[in-house]
Amino acid sequence: MTQVNRVAAAANQHINRNRPLTFIFNGKTYQGYEGDTIASALLANGVDVIGRSFKYSRPRGIITCDSQEPNAIFQVGSTQATTIPNPRATQTELYQGLTASSTNGWPNVDFDLMAGLGKIGGAMMPPGFYYKTFMYPQSLWMSYEKLIRKGAGLGCSPQQPDPDEYDKMHHHCDVMIVGAGPAGLAAALAAAETGARVIISDEQNEFGGHLLCSTQAIDGQLPSLWVKDIVDKLTTMGNVLLLPRSTVFGYYDHNLVGINERRTDHLGEHVTTSSRQRVHKVRAKQVILATGAHERPLVYGNNDVPGCMLANAVSTYINRYGVVPGNELVLMTTNDNAYKTAIDWHQAGRKVVAIVDTRTTSNGELVQQAQALGIKVLFGQGVINVKGSKRVKGVEVAAINAENHSVSSAISHYSCDTVASSGGWSPVIHLSSHTGSRPVWNDDIAGFVPGETVQQQHICGGLSGVYALSNVISDGFKTGSTAAQDAGKGDGSYASILPLINDPQEDPAMALFHIPHSKPTSRAPKQFVDYQNDVTAAGIELANREGFESIEHVKRYTALGFGTDQGKLGNINGMAITAKSLNKTIPETGTTIFRPMYTPTTFGALAGADVKHLFDPARFSAMHKWHLDNGAEFEDVGQWKRPWYFAKTGETMQQALERECLATRNSVGILDASTLGKIDIQGKDAREFLNRIYTNPWSKLAVGKCRYGVMCKEDGMVFDDGVTACLGENRFIMTTTTGGAAGVLQWLELWHQTEWPELEVYFSTVTDHWSTMTISGPNSRKVLEKICDVDVSNDNFRYMDWIEATVAGVKARIFRISFTGELSFEINVQANYGMHTWQAVMAAGQEFDITPYGTETMHILRAEKGFIIVGQDTDGSVTPQDLDMDWVVGKKKEFSFIGKRSWTRFDNKRDDRKQMVGLKPKDPKFVLPEGAQIVFEKDQPIPMTMVGHVTSSYYSACMGYSFALAVVKGGISRKGQSVFLPLSDGTTVEAEICSPVFYDPKGDRQNV
Amino acid sequence: MLLIHCPYCEEMREEEEFSPAGQAHIVRPLDPEVLSDEEWARYLFFRKNPRGLHHEMWLHTHGCRKYFNVTRNTVTYQIMESYKMGQQPSVTASEKGQS
Amino acid sequence: MSNSINMESPLHHAQLDDLVGQSGDGGVILHEAKFLGHLNLRGNSQDPEFLAGIKEVLGVELPLSACSSAKGERAQIMWLAPDEWLIVVASGTEHDVEKKLRLCLKGHFAVSDISGAQTILELSGINVIDLLKKSTGYDLHLDSFPIGKVIGTNFAKAGAHILRLEKNKFQLVVRRSFSDYIWLWIQQGSKEYGLTIT
Repeated sequence: MTQVNRVAAAANQHINRNRPLTFIFNGKTYQGYEGDTIASALLANGVDVIGRSFKYSRPRGIITCDSQEPNAIFQVGSTQATTIPNPRATQTELYQGLTASSTNGWPNVDFDLMAGLGKIGGAMMPPGFYYKTFMYPQSLWMSYEKLIRKGAGLGCSPQQPDPDEYDKMHHHCDVMIVGAGPAGLAAALAAAETGARVIISDEQNEFGGHLLCSTQAIDGQLPSLWVKDIVDKLTTMGNVLLLPRSTVFGYYDHNLVGINERRTDHLGEHVTTSSRQRVHKVRAKQVILATGAHERPLVYGNNDVPGCMLANAVSTYINRYGVVPGNELVLMTTNDNAYKTAIDWHQAGRKVVAIVDTRTTSNGELVQQAQALGIKVLFGQGVINVKGSKRVKGVEVAAINAENHSVSSAISHYSCDTVASSGGWSPVIHLSSHTGSRPVWNDDIAGFVPGETVQQQHICGGLSGVYALSNVISDGFKTGSTAAQDAGKGDGSYASILPLINDPQEDPAMALFHIPHSKPTSRAPKQFVDYQNDVTAAGIELANREGFESIEHVKRYTALGFGTDQGKLGNINGMAITAKSLNKTIPETGTTIFRPMYTPTTFGALAGADVKHLFDPARFSAMHKWHLDNGAEFEDVGQWKRPWYFAKTGETMQQALERECLATRNSVGILDASTLGKIDIQGKDAREFLNRIYTNPWSKLAVGKCRYGVMCKEDGMVFDDGVTACLGENRFIMTTTTGGAAGVLQWLELWHQTEWPELEVYFSTVTDHWSTMTISGPNSRKVLEKICDVDVSNDNFRYMDWIEATVAGVKARIFRISFTGELSFEINVQANYGMHTWQAVMAAGQEFDITPYGTETMHILRAEKGFIIVGQDTDGSVTPQDLDMDWVVGKKKEFSFIGKRSWTRFDNKRDDRKQMVGLKPKDPKFVLPEGAQIVFEKDQPIPMTMVGHVTSSYYSACMGYSFALAVVKGGISRKGQSVFLPLSDGTTVEAEICSPVFYDPKGDRQNV
Repeated sequence: MLLIHCPYCEEMREEEEFSPAGQAHIVRPLDPEVLSDEEWARYLFFRKNPRGLHHEMWLHTHGCRKYFNVTRNTVTYQIMESYKMGQQPSVTASEKGQS
Repeated sequence: MSNSINMESPLHHAQLDDLVGQSGDGGVILHEAKFLGHLNLRGNSQDPEFLAGIKEVLGVELPLSACSSAKGERAQIMWLAPDEWLIVVASGTEHDVEKKLRLCLKGHFAVSDISGAQTILELSGINVIDLLKKSTGYDLHLDSFPIGKVIGTNFAKAGAHILRLEKNKFQLVVRRSFSDYIWLWIQQGSKEYGLTIT
């Protein structure tokens, strides 16, 4: 293939003809140059049809040269891991070997089965078609949807993991400038000269914005030289961060700007030299939006035939890329500005058939220039229809009357292969909308501009409706220095002198959006408004007739602006058509609000480096390496990785659990309990504070003693539990659940800081300071005695005491408390000695076959004793009374402690509340599923009356039968009764309500 | 993402350092036992949900671990002021003529 | 098994000692200042007796302004909150210092030994700011983060206290249980600059 449309090099071009690149599109190989986008390269190669439309499956070509592009949306990449769905070909830089294909067009773009549907689709697929047609029967919707989606082709997600890396960076600056066109560059320079910290970003690969495709001289030179001069200055300043290829995708509260920098996308499909994309989060004191304006197409008959393009896009392809996308041009315009396109086309050596100007006259400089070049200009006329299917073959032109939307002359035919249109320019207001600012209509430019905002935001250049280049640049200087001053830098003045620019005198433009046809809109050839969603002028008018008058409703009914382009190209035209059909003005009709992302942003970029092993912090105890070396399987408890069980070779999980349980009950087991939260509580009012926070009394707990406590929220529901020990008259150490540690500390601080600051007490977390190992079982004392320097006999070290001792040569606190019901010692050492002490305990325990056990065995052993686990047996709706734990509630405490008042609330006094009980399945081998629902009567129609559920359920190797803990309505007074559990497999099992304490109900074993 | 002034660290910090902690200036009744169920429920469950200025507590979770108060506009997300626990707001809805 | 007592720092498993000298020229330089004595101090900064007691025991004034730090011969003190400080002392002296503080301080105060709870990572190098920009949203410019300032903030998805020692040198105080995550994060974040362990 040759690049038939590539013309001779001109000075302002931004492609490198010395670096040809080959690429593949829809299976064919083409050539382009470094600096090309896929779009410019395809146009250079004369490729007309690049996809099929969403609903009607009509052939489509490239329309724009930027983020507005609705048609040239491709699948890029050659592997299932690197493929990217839906980037815009107009913004995708070419690299050697790039592989792309159309996303719309099944089975292929040139021969499309769906087009059959599209041809008759005018009547068949009006707006709301999907709602109306596929509504009934509802059961078939899933099948319809699959077909529609396949036909529509929205791109394919990668099927393999993304091989690329992504990351994020935070920045702070005085002035953040979005857009590096003439306004943005001028603003950056003026701001940077004050010494302000400046960041300037632009979505394009090069700075310059509109100047990249302009031929208008600045200081008598090419505009690219002015751009280079400014960029060079900014680069050397040291206080400016320049971010090309960086799209500001979102503008968030308090001047936070989200930028996605494409670092390697232009280098190849998978490049390993750095992260592929980087999200910059910029917190700016002042933000300058210099996002410029997008040209608006006109809406006319068959305006989607390949060859119909935006006027400015045509100029860009000619001037920037050296590509003339056709041979014979008809330009339709409402303004002087677009005459440049015809002049560019003519100067590139190809034929301008005619300029069709909708205005009755214009005498602007560009108009005169075009006429002087011998270009035919037809005033007061419009292109009302395009001929051709896969490429424009000609146009129908007629005199039009915009006032009463009619055609007022006979139709003339012109042969051509390209139609460029311009309806004027729309400021790119998206970012200011992101923060909730409502755009306002500006009659002078016939477009919306940003409205009032609460952000520290400035706008300049095209975005504020300033279009003449000299004004744009001076606006940039002024805004840059003002923003810097608002950020506390400089005095609002600027040193730069406005370059010499000769802006052509322009006659007023005409506010026209929709070109009339000789037939009424509903019968005229399709006039597309939103190409991506195949929304036509007729469709919008129909929606209006059907009662959809709010622009938000029109949007949702017709899908106007719902594509990945967010209606960049079509929204204003759609609003104008709605306004006209409802006999309102555009500002009365209003605009829909744009939201982030400005252009689609990859999930990879948003995830950054927080993936895989860095997705969430994994917390480890000091003995983790030992657990790894000894075959532990791990369980996530919050962010902690806790040993779940230690399987020996060949053991199943169940076998391991039974072995661990029996070893602990019969000899000695060891558990890593380091993850429990530990809070050091000091101060003379510590005791009083505990009295207020815990449900039980603490006034009399002596130094050297421990006590179990339960905490409730103010609503009376249990939210944490644990053992607190008295270290000194004014000092306690509180333990919390593993998952509750941070929450409990915050809870204590909340009450202390907000309600009781007068209490003299301090809380400090010491969770990570201590490594905790619990040895449990009848032989645990024998193990401890071997390595401890203190007499730990039952006479000297009572149950619920704690002592300070030396264990394996390390200073330790030992708590004689038990969560298994066995004789237990909890050894705490400074965590740097954790591994040392653990190994010493294991060595000492070897003769007793000391057995490490994990959280699952801990759960079984404690459940055998009827000990609750907060969060498993409780769920935030359970009071201590519901748990049959009234014994943990202080009856004589003076202060109405947290939660107490709520227990006497009407709802909490009901005797049919769900209460904790034990359950014994009738089949002693059957383990009830946790979460299984409980009913009183088994023969009930569905839905049955559910009266509770299983909270914990295990097989007990020690007792030889399965058992469960459950909550059952009024369960405490139903002991001995049978309940039924209908299971998900359709069977129903029976169980007996019993005491939740299954093992050693008198508690003898822990007291030995 | 908000930028929040911590009155204890005495500077602006990113929202991710903080945790929201609900409506500010709710005082625990001195003697809960004498309250009716309804009065107690009002303290427990009823919270304001204004369109406009809202006084709320935040916790500087990753910073100084202190709770403090923020007056925030729930429509624009502007923060009018932040002030220490125990202090009263200087900007209130009634002053601004809002309800 | 010998009778010697082995201490393991939170990053023991990373075997940083073996990595020393393995790669020079990294844009990011990491050193674990392990086994230092860490004491959490709470008290009333308005109480002159409390302040005097601190000065007496530690030989340095307690830093009272927000986010400040102080360094003396015997101790380094970081402000954590208006009533909370981190005292860092030489390895193994934490018990003595704690004892002396309890002896000398009057009134309402609290001291907790947290030497096992955290470790200090010293980060430096020409790209240290780039790494930190990837890790925390705090403004690292010298104007907002001068030498000697200490801030409690997010570090990736964990928390950390960060103290600036020099223009390109910082101390990270991180919790033991999060230290492996932070080590992994630092490796990932410094990949493009090179990481040197000292």
